[in-house]
Amino acid sequence: MWIYEKKLQYPVRVSKCDPHLAKMLIEQYGGADGELSAALRYLNQRYTIPDKVIGLLTDIGTEEFAHLEMIATMVYKLTKDATPEQMKAAGLVDHYVNHDNALFYHNAAGTPWTAAYIQAKGDPIADLYEDIAAEEKARATYQWIIDNTDDPDIVDSLKFLREREIVHSLRFREAVEILKEYNATQKVF
Amino acid sequence: MEKQDPSQWRVYHPYHSPFDPCPARPKHFIIPPNETAPFQTSARKQYSPHEALRKGTLWPDYYSPYPSSVRDGGAE
Repeated sequence: MWIYEKKLQYPVRVSKCDPHLAKMLIEQYGGADGELSAALRYLNQRYTIPDKVIGLLTDIGTEEFAHLEMIATMVYKLTKDATPEQMKAAGLVDHYVNHDNALFYHNAAGTPWTAAYIQAKGDPIADLYEDIAAEEKARATYQWIIDNTDDPDIVDSLKFLREREIVHSLRFREAVEILKEYNATQKVF
Repeated sequence: MEKQDPSQWRVYHPYHSPFDPCPARPKHFIIPPNETAPFQTSARKQYSPHEALRKGTLWPDYYSPYPSSVRDGGAE
């Protein structure tokens, strides 16, 4: 079970009306390497991973939902007061005719989220390496979004999220080392 | 902008044809600390709780600044 805290993991502030930025951010919402994919991937894989690293997948999968909530807040704030004309000017007219200003799980190009984005191979090493790759791809996505906005408040939150991807990747790499039982072996240098 | 860490950045120079329309630009990419960090040890330097929240990590060893002036050509 989960206990919900009604606050964001990190503050989200938006300093200018920029629906176009929402179009980019939606990549991290319903994209292949987005937070939804990450959360569902880890929380599903954890059932068939060795006991030692189940907790890690639970923790990181849970945190990904906290990130998803931050991205959702950003997208919502950037679009909630946008007129249909502004949505159209931001390239969001396709979204608008289908969803109004509601959020939806699709990527920046409008492709709806699919479970085909994620995998559970059952092999612990295969799954953990997929997770590491997912974190690196999410980190890169954050970099390219940061490169494309000059909103200092959004950049501040995105930098936090990007750093978390780095820490997650590191933790997954350590999980691989734990499974290799690196620490238990005698090392002679 | 916050303090940069040029040690996390690498550069390469792809072939540039005399017929390429845009000026050549070195390609930068980042190697964040997770790529090189050893298995975590217990006695590492930590940020204060507030700074750790701001930065997204408790440990300076794992902090990777971005955006970077390196990628924008600042270090070239």
